[in-house]
Amino acid sequence: MALIEFTKRGIYCKQGNFYVDPWWPVDYAVTTHGHSDHVRFGNKYYLCHTLTKPIIKRRISEDLNVETLEYGESITRNGVNISFFPAGHIIGSAQVRLEYKGEICVISGDYKIEDDGITTPFEPVKCHSFVSESTFGLPVYKWQKQEIVFKGIKNWVNDNINQQKTSVLIAYSLGKAQRLIKNLAGDTPIYVHNSIANLNEVIIEAGVHLPKTIRITPETTKDELQKGIVIVPPAMRDSRWIKNLSHPVTGICSGWMQVRAHRRWQSADAGFALSDHADWPGLMEAITATGAEKVYVTHGFTAAFSRFLNDEGIEAAEVLTRFGQEDDEENKVDLAEQNENK
Amino acid sequence: MKRFAKLIQQLELSNKTNDKIAALVDYFNYADDKDKVWVIALFTGKKPKRPIKSALLKYWAIEITQTPEWLFAESYANVGDLSETIALLLPPAENTSDFQLHKWIEDLHDLEGKDDETKKDFILNAWNKLETQERFIFNKLISGNFRIGVSNKMLVNALAKQSSLDSAQIMHSIMGKWNPYEITFHELINGIHVNTDNSWPYPFCLAYALEQEPEKLGDIAEWQAEWKWDGIRGQIVKRNGELFIWSRGEELVTEQFPELHFMIDVLPDGVVLDGEILAVQDKQVLSFSTLQQRLNRKTISKKQLDDAPIVFFVYDILEYEAQDFREEPLSIRRHTLEQLIGDLDESPVMISPIINCSSWEELADLRQTSRSINSEGIMLKKLSSHYHSGRKRGDWWKWKINPYTVDAVMIYAQKGSGRRANFFTDYTFAVRDGENLVTIAKAYSGLTDKEIKEVNAFVNRNAIEKFGPVRTVKPELVFEIAFEGIAESKRHKAGLALRFPRILRWRKDKKADEINTLEDLRQLLQSTL
Repeated sequence: MALIEFTKRGIYCKQGNFYVDPWWPVDYAVTTHGHSDHVRFGNKYYLCHTLTKPIIKRRISEDLNVETLEYGESITRNGVNISFFPAGHIIGSAQVRLEYKGEICVISGDYKIEDDGITTPFEPVKCHSFVSESTFGLPVYKWQKQEIVFKGIKNWVNDNINQQKTSVLIAYSLGKAQRLIKNLAGDTPIYVHNSIANLNEVIIEAGVHLPKTIRITPETTKDELQKGIVIVPPAMRDSRWIKNLSHPVTGICSGWMQVRAHRRWQSADAGFALSDHADWPGLMEAITATGAEKVYVTHGFTAAFSRFLNDEGIEAAEVLTRFGQEDDEENKVDLAEQNENK
Repeated sequence: MKRFAKLIQQLELSNKTNDKIAALVDYFNYADDKDKVWVIALFTGKKPKRPIKSALLKYWAIEITQTPEWLFAESYANVGDLSETIALLLPPAENTSDFQLHKWIEDLHDLEGKDDETKKDFILNAWNKLETQERFIFNKLISGNFRIGVSNKMLVNALAKQSSLDSAQIMHSIMGKWNPYEITFHELINGIHVNTDNSWPYPFCLAYALEQEPEKLGDIAEWQAEWKWDGIRGQIVKRNGELFIWSRGEELVTEQFPELHFMIDVLPDGVVLDGEILAVQDKQVLSFSTLQQRLNRKTISKKQLDDAPIVFFVYDILEYEAQDFREEPLSIRRHTLEQLIGDLDESPVMISPIINCSSWEELADLRQTSRSINSEGIMLKKLSSHYHSGRKRGDWWKWKINPYTVDAVMIYAQKGSGRRANFFTDYTFAVRDGENLVTIAKAYSGLTDKEIKEVNAFVNRNAIEKFGPVRTVKPELVFEIAFEGIAESKRHKAGLALRFPRILRWRKDKKADEINTLEDLRQLLQSTL
């Protein structure tokens, strides 16, 4: 019998009687990371990485029952050995390795290969079956090294400051925001929206070093912001607050910005292709490194990616999940499509 | 090339005209003169020599990246642009290049007539030293158009700002006939070529659609009314013993219309006429689909000349006695026109008839008969008006009759391209034919962004089959499709084709069994023949 099955509530391990990132309430939810499409309210118990615990407690509820594991640690449930390995996606993100009677399955959640300077880098784990995302599972998605992307962002910011414009970067409060802070920190002060500042507090308290940022308050002047870098979550994008800044220009940091059509549809002033998901070569590299005989392809370009894997001689199947909802608006559309086509 | 790549990026990133003009001015301030000429050429639709077919580019990209063809197609469907798909698929370049835009264009030009191996070497070598954005532009030079929202007007405004020359003069210069391989930037914007060139046309005067009651235009006696025709707008230019025919697409089409060549003997030198090329038989204007048989052909056969004879309906005179005549009021121009060619009876050139009416009501009644003579409605031109460059509100109006409409159901959906690459925005519609549905039109415009999202969600939920980027959907959503004409068609299963179909509105109030039938459309077709 297979170690995991795909059910209406999510990825289910029958032998161990637990779910991984379920989207309906269950008794025991193994959680890969803190993004809202992977961890939901209402489970009796949560098992996640040590760094994810304070994040989900802050984001969902202080009352959650949470057990934690470090990377490489394991526990056993009804004979099923559960251990965590770094997924490189965001702080605290983990691949979940399950082993039962010699059979190994890895559920990778979201992952990326590149070391982003703040997240524990991805580690491939040998397994028989591997569950992979495919958010950017087309060969046109190939990322440049982040040094190059950040150099571009810094140049953009400097040009803006010189032209009396205010640089506003749109980034997810969990993950992308910290990555930007870590890599953009320097002489230019970084101002962050409340939701980001709150998460930063939690992350710093958990022992992660984050460069200094300034929380935006009603007292923060437009002049200060114009001379700095402003980071806000996507919800703020079309807000009056941004419009009222001094000559605001917005930059979106997302893998989708690789393609002109997406850049134009977003109608931002600048798009930077910076993603916390693996690009096409990254997906291929990860999958090859696992040595998996069977690959389950979830959210993203599931059809194209699984077909390609099959053609390459790696048995792959498309799987319906509800992951990927936290990403850009555009992504939602694609995912909805992938899901509904089942 | 790097500078041009940056310009394209800037133009794409802003929707504001001022930003775009600023980016253009900045470019024209600093770029190489030869590059500037090419940028003007590319933005006004003058394509450089294209010695390589885009299919070959695709083939080579597939070969060196070892991408399966279906995966290339999936990628293309997501990206929405062939040149960009190739640029993104290729491995990172190993070298860089400071080659200028015009150098690339000249080198491409020199590939003309070379064998495929040589061409391939050149292309692969080029790809290997260009960054992604530069590659995209390079591929576009070979296979695409630069559709980046820069109108001729915007380009001219930027040039005028940068050079402090008169914008009308620049418009004139860049619209004429010039060879980007030869002309210098200075010659081009100063219009050196324009005076020595016998062929240059004038910018067309265009009209806005009349959206108010015609009574609001004042006394009908101040207006000239003509039928509005659906053909190819053109200019006949006669200067220094030479005759040229221009189409509105700024193309010289002299050779395509031998019927009009006799005008070389009729017109004096220094005359430019504005009018419409139409298919006409026995004094009856035929549908646009008949005229289409005559378009975009290198050679015209005797049979085509017999099957689709054309007539040039003259609207206006723009140059007379070698003088720019556009500042004269319409009444004078019309009078001059009548003096000049009023007696060309029974010939393929005739003056567009004036509709004489003493009241707006009378004209409104006549307008209702437009369809019976294959006219689209009525043109209203103020008798005192000048001949403007481009579209200007106030003096010329097109008062079109309402389009034909049909209620049809959506059966296929496909993702758009460009800005809409990730939404289902291109729909195929069907009408009922007995028990079956038969497709009659494809349309991709007419919905708001909000409606597009709604339809998109419907497609996601109701897709039945998937053929590459196309989804077959449950026939449930009914739309009112507007169209301008209907023609027989052997290519379409329905046996007929609609002209200019577009979505008029989403009929949420109608169910799929309430749509029109193929028989309804056949009857309409019969009535227009």
